This record gives sequence, structure tokens and C-alpha cells, in this order.
Amino acid sequence: MSSTFFGISTLSYIAAMAIYISYLAFKKKGIGIFATSVTVFGFINQTIALLLRWSESYRLGIGRAPLTNLYESLIFFVWTLILIYLIIEFKYKTHVFGAFVTPIAGLALAFIELSGMSKNIEPLVPALQSNWLIAHVMISFLGYAAFGVSFATGLMYLILRSDNRRQGIYIFWTICVSIFIIILAAFGIDYIHYKAVSSGQEMIIKEHLFESTFKNPSLAIDTVSWLVSAGLIFILWRYGLALKRLLHSFSLSVEILDEITYKTIAIGFPLLTLGVITGAVWANTAWGVYWSWDPKETWSLITWFIYAVYLHGRFVRGWRGKKVAVLSVLGFVAVIFTYLGVNLLLSGLHSYGSMK
Amino acid sequence: MTKKEDTGFIDRVWNFFASVKLAIVLLITISLTSIIGTVIEQQAAPEENIKVISRLFGESIAPTLYNIFLKMGFMDMYHSWWFVALLLLFCCNLIICSFDRLPRILKIIREPMVPIKDESFKGVAIKRELRLKGNLIKVSNETAHVLKSFRYNFAEIKEEKNIQFLTQKGRYSRLGVYITHFSILLILTGALIGGLFGFKGFLNLPEGETSTVAYSRNGNPIPLGFAIRCNSFDVEYYKNMDMPKAYKSDLSIIVDGKEVERKTIVVNDPLTYNGITFYQSSYGMVPGADGKFILKVVSKNGIEKVYDNLKLGDSFDIPGTSMSAKILDFSPALAINDKTGKPYTYSDELVNPAIYIGVYDKGAEKYRGWILKRYPETSNLPEGHKIEFVDYWGVKYTGLQVRNDPGVWVVYIGCITITLGLIIAFFINHKRLWVRLSEEGGSTRVIFGGSANKNKLAFEREIERMVRVLEGGRK
Repeated sequence: MSSTFFGISTLSYIAAMAIYISYLAFKKKGIGIFATSVTVFGFINQTIALLLRWSESYRLGIGRAPLTNLYESLIFFVWTLILIYLIIEFKYKTHVFGAFVTPIAGLALAFIELSGMSKNIEPLVPALQSNWLIAHVMISFLGYAAFGVSFATGLMYLILRSDNRRQGIYIFWTICVSIFIIILAAFGIDYIHYKAVSSGQEMIIKEHLFESTFKNPSLAIDTVSWLVSAGLIFILWRYGLALKRLLHSFSLSVEILDEITYKTIAIGFPLLTLGVITGAVWANTAWGVYWSWDPKETWSLITWFIYAVYLHGRFVRGWRGKKVAVLSVLGFVAVIFTYLGVNLLLSGLHSYGSMK
Repeated sequence: MTKKEDTGFIDRVWNFFASVKLAIVLLITISLTSIIGTVIEQQAAPEENIKVISRLFGESIAPTLYNIFLKMGFMDMYHSWWFVALLLLFCCNLIICSFDRLPRILKIIREPMVPIKDESFKGVAIKRELRLKGNLIKVSNETAHVLKSFRYNFAEIKEEKNIQFLTQKGRYSRLGVYITHFSILLILTGALIGGLFGFKGFLNLPEGETSTVAYSRNGNPIPLGFAIRCNSFDVEYYKNMDMPKAYKSDLSIIVDGKEVERKTIVVNDPLTYNGITFYQSSYGMVPGADGKFILKVVSKNGIEKVYDNLKLGDSFDIPGTSMSAKILDFSPALAINDKTGKPYTYSDELVNPAIYIGVYDKGAEKYRGWILKRYPETSNLPEGHKIEFVDYWGVKYTGLQVRNDPGVWVVYIGCITITLGLIIAFFINHKRLWVRLSEEGGSTRVIFGGSANKNKLAFEREIERMVRVLEGGRK
């Protein structure tokens, strides 16, 4: 039952992403309102789906908030991201940010589909049966969603403030955006390639990560992958200024972007702190250690430090604009790495971590 | 002469540690170096990391690199001298930075507000001016009323021809940042206390056994100061699944031969006695242990008897009847073959323990059947009697983490204060408001001037609302 509503919301968000982007291109007010309506529709469906999933888990005799595995946490992340976005859209009365925020939601949803992670409501192993864990996941993802928005506005800020192709920030954001596109495309190719052969769905990304492209046994495909990636970075670098002109035509003020970036970080930072704390309390009740320097903990600390640098740079050193916008982008990259990279890349090296 | 140089040197050191630049450099350095420990597995077996290194850098140089990394402390880097030194430097920076700034902040907080001299409030961040009919007294009463209704306590300073209201809110919010900094130090202090005065140990305790010590990682015994007994250990499963729902250890604390506390612990719900906490962490089978079957027999008319010392092949009576039963067979994990319908054992672990019972009346066998511990419906006999398979006791041990961490409360207090500090720092601002009233030819000129250390926009809007109330009240 809940999966139907989740399906509708996923389609709505992906449609909304396309509509927001076309709004960016055509600048018709009607399109903007349409995009918002579709987003709100998706949001309502997703809310219903979350509540249904919750009650379904009780019917199955498992009984818990839908916040305990990778699938559920990503869904919750998208839900909060859209919520925060809708609040901002309502407050600042502009649809432009949608074209930057909905792709993050779309990316998360696409990742769910591509990785083929388990969507079942599964019973929890004893260690995960803790209210601290529920609080930890909920608070962390509220924080992540806030950082997601700051990433979008920070990126927009950088795009708007680029003047020429030799500028550091211009090179920085074109490379960042390219890497996002490249990783997503590589995931997609892996997915298509291994869908047929892989029996355990969730193994696609864990075991065959980039094997169809960068890590292909064939040297030719390997080389081509790197060349295509380099080509993409070059294209984005060459034509990135067009994006700037496009954004520019909306007469967005960079000050507002800077302000939203700061405000969302100001919300995200205490939430991240509280997320780390509730995680530590949970670890302490489960194992008697509140901090063990495991990669996930360490990466959350690194994320915390990056945003701490943002805040000190901004408040004490008086950094404004480009410098801090770069940090807001880097901070969110660290967020993604904490959440997915640790499981995907580092667990490939080690024995821990699971896509379940 | 030397004295002067000394102060110069101390000043320089002080300024070095008090700089936010150093803080930023340290934050970045700690972040970057921390990454190493997330790639190289910490405190792991050498082969594990040689494998990791050869995957990253190639097989040929892996052993050499491993030795270099080992010397640099990368295999246990969060406890290496240089990482600890970085953390210490960070603490010094935090302390000195805070001491350097705190006096200035305290001055701002304590200092009473002074009236603004300039008639038109030049240089004030937020400014709003209006002219109201009525004399000074009347308008000042109205203004005072508006300020009160916005919950501002004000001071009134009267001069010859003008009145100034001075008021501020949230000045202590300026301390939020320092509460946060202090909390970080508190958390680190708590961690240090735990590291110095606490211990980490483990204890594998078989059912029915008692221990007065736990063991450290290298196997050295750590005396507990009391005894702990495992009364029983049990795994609860989800219905119709082999997925564990709960690991339960029934533990007793024994002091001078007397049981002083008893608790069934599960993961996420430990037992603490005398500052030492026992966490459910693992379990296993005791090799070569001789188990006992614990059965609860209830006859049709409700007579109950518990047998707690039965072995394979033992017989027992069904109370109040002429019937008896015998344990004929045992399986730690019973399953039924789908095709043949025959039972078989699918694991050596006690996943689905079952006993095969023969029931006899006056010595003549009536029937036989399996009774499964996890499926209570199998314990009903056709006559209405019940043989419940309570436990196969004495073959399992519970694996306990044993911790003593006297610093954990300091850490928790730090966690609470850091949250408060951040909320204060981000969401409460220090607002200052000056309102100057002066009578000018029959009407009164009112100037609102305000400043806020953050979120100026919101304060501006609040002032705008005040102005509107002040104007609106006159209509």
C-alpha cells in the first residue's frame, strides 16, 4: 500500500525537477506555479506513504518508526529536504531554487532505484532497537536536509559570482557538478550492466561499483571512461557560464543566496551536533562506548569541522561570499560521503558496512 | 631589557594561541589527518591493512608502506602522539581564544546602555523616524506602553527637552559561543577521565556460573569488587523467522554471598552496579557442556510442576495423572523437510531447540511428538495437558562488555550544554533599542534606533511593528 504512494511521490518529484528546470529556461510564471503544485502533491503523497509504512510495520508485528534502514532514511531525507524547500519557497516567494533543490531529491530517489536496496519492512536486530537510534536518524536527516539546501544555494551563489573561466571558484563548481553527473552516470551504467547477472540486488553497487566503467577489466573501456569524464568536465567548464547567464536573468540577489546558505547552516549545525550526540548516547547504551573513532563517526566529525570552519570564517574572520560558499558545498560533499561514501567506498576496503 | 623581551615572547605565544586563524588551521588539519584512520583499519591485524594498502598503492610496495605507516602511528592513529598533540593544541587554542575574547564580551554584557548623543541617530544600524501629535509627556507615555507590550524593560533618561528610552534584550546570548567552546572542553575532559580512571573489559559467563573479575583486551583479569552470576541466557526470535529479536541475560549481582540485584539485560538496556556496567554483547555455546532440560508441566486441571534437572532419556510424571513422559531425542535446530515431511537438524546452534517426547500411561506408550521451545502451540498434549519446553540450560554463555567510565556523566553534561550553547548562539540575538522623543513645535518627534548582533532583518521588522502599534493607537 505505502509503496504505491511512494511511487507516486517519486514520479512527482522527478517531474517537478523537470518542470523547475524548464521554469528556469522559459521563465513563465505558470510553469513555476505548476512545479510547486507538483512538488506539494508529491510531498502529500510521501507523507501518506511514510505514515502508512509506519502502521504497516505494526501490522507485521515489527512496530517501529520508518527510520531504521538505508531506504527509509533516504526517503526521510527527501521528505525533509522538500519540506524545508517548500518553506523557503513560501518565505522568499521564488521558484528558482527548486531547480537546484529538487535534483538533490531526484538524485537520492534515483540512487534508491539504481542501487536496488531492500525496500522491505524488515525486523530489527537487537542492537538497532533503540529510541536513541530513531532520534539519531531523524535529527541527523533534518540536519542533512538543511545542509542540502545550503549546498544548493551555495552552488548557485558560486555560479552567479563566476566571471571568467580562469577563476578558482568557477573551476571548483564546474568540477563539482561534473563529478556528480559522472558518478550518477557510472552508477546507472553499472545498474544496467549488472541488473541481469546479479542475483542479490543490493550487491550491484557494493560489489560492482564502477566495474562497467572506471574499474573495467578491459583497458580500453577504462581509458574511454576516464576520457569521457575529462571531456564532460571540459564541456561543463567551457559552457558553464551559460548557466550563470541563465540564473542571472532571474535577478536573484547574491545577498539572499548568501543569507539562505547561512541560515540553513545555522539550522543544520545544531542538528548535526545533536545527531552526533544522540548517536553517541545510543552507542553508549548499546556497547558502552560513546565514541570509537569508527569511519562513520570520524566522517561525521569531519563534516562538523567543515561547518565549524564556515561559521568561524564567517563570524570571526569576516569571510563573506565565495570563500564560505565553497565551504558550504564542501560541507555537503562531506555529508554525502559520511552517509554513503563510508558504506560504499570504505566498506569495499574493509569488512564492515552493509547496504541493508 | 630581558624582561621586556620576555613579555614580548609571551605576548606572541598568547596571540598565536588566541588567533582564530590557528583554530581554522587546526580544524582543517585534524579533519584531513582523521581521514587516514578511516581508510586504514584501526587496531587491526597487520594482514588486513597490508591488503588495504596493496589495493590502494599496489602489491609490491605494500609491505614497505605498511612499515612506514606503522612507524607514523597510522595503525592506531587516534591514539598516536601526534594526533593527541593536535587535540591538545586544539584545546589550548580553544581555552586561550576564549579567555582572550571573554573580557571584551563580558564588558559588552555588563555595560549599561548609554543614550545616543546625536539628534538624528547617525550611524545607528536600524533607524525609523516618525512625528506624532501631542506633547512630550503624552507621547512618552504611549511609547512606554508600546515598549512594555513588546516585553522590553527600559530605562528612561530625561533631558531638558527630550526623553530617551534605552532597552536591550538577549545580551547573555553573546555567551552562547563560549558555552559551546566550554562544552567541547568538558566533553574532552570527560573522555580523559574515562580513559585514565575507567576500564574496558569483557566477560564470557556460562549459565549458572559466577565471576568476580572481568578481563581486559589482553586477557588480564580486572577485579570487580563483587560477584556476578548469569542465571540464564536466552535468544528470542521473531515469529516464524530465524532472526533474533532479543538477546537476554538474566544476571545477578552477589555481594558477600547475598544477591543484591537482579536484572534481565538486553542490548540497549545494560545493568549498572557500583559504577560498573554490563552490556549484552555476544553469546556462544560452552564446549563440552552438559545441559539440562527445564520443562514446565501443567495438567488438564491446572496442577503445575517444573522439572529443572532432566537429561536426555529421563522420564517424568504428569502431575495428578497416571501418565508419564520421556525425553527421547533432542535437536538444537529442528526443521521439517518440505518434501518428505521428515524432521531434521539444520544447525549446531540453539536456533530452534526441540525435544522429542514419548508419552506413556501406566507404562504403555500412547504417542510421540516434538515440542519446540519457540512454538508454544507444540506443547499441548491431546488430553489437555501441557509440557512446556522452557529451556535447554547450561550450555550457553553470555558475552558481556564490562565498562567502568566515571567520565561519562561529564561527557553527557557537555553534550547538553553544547546543545544549549549552540541554540543560544544561533537563535537568540542581542538586540539594543534606543527611542528618542523630542517636542518640536506642538508635535513630538520619535526616533527608533536599533542594533542587533545577528538577524538584523527580524529586529527591523519588530521595530516596524512597534512603530505601527504606536501610530495605530492614536487613530
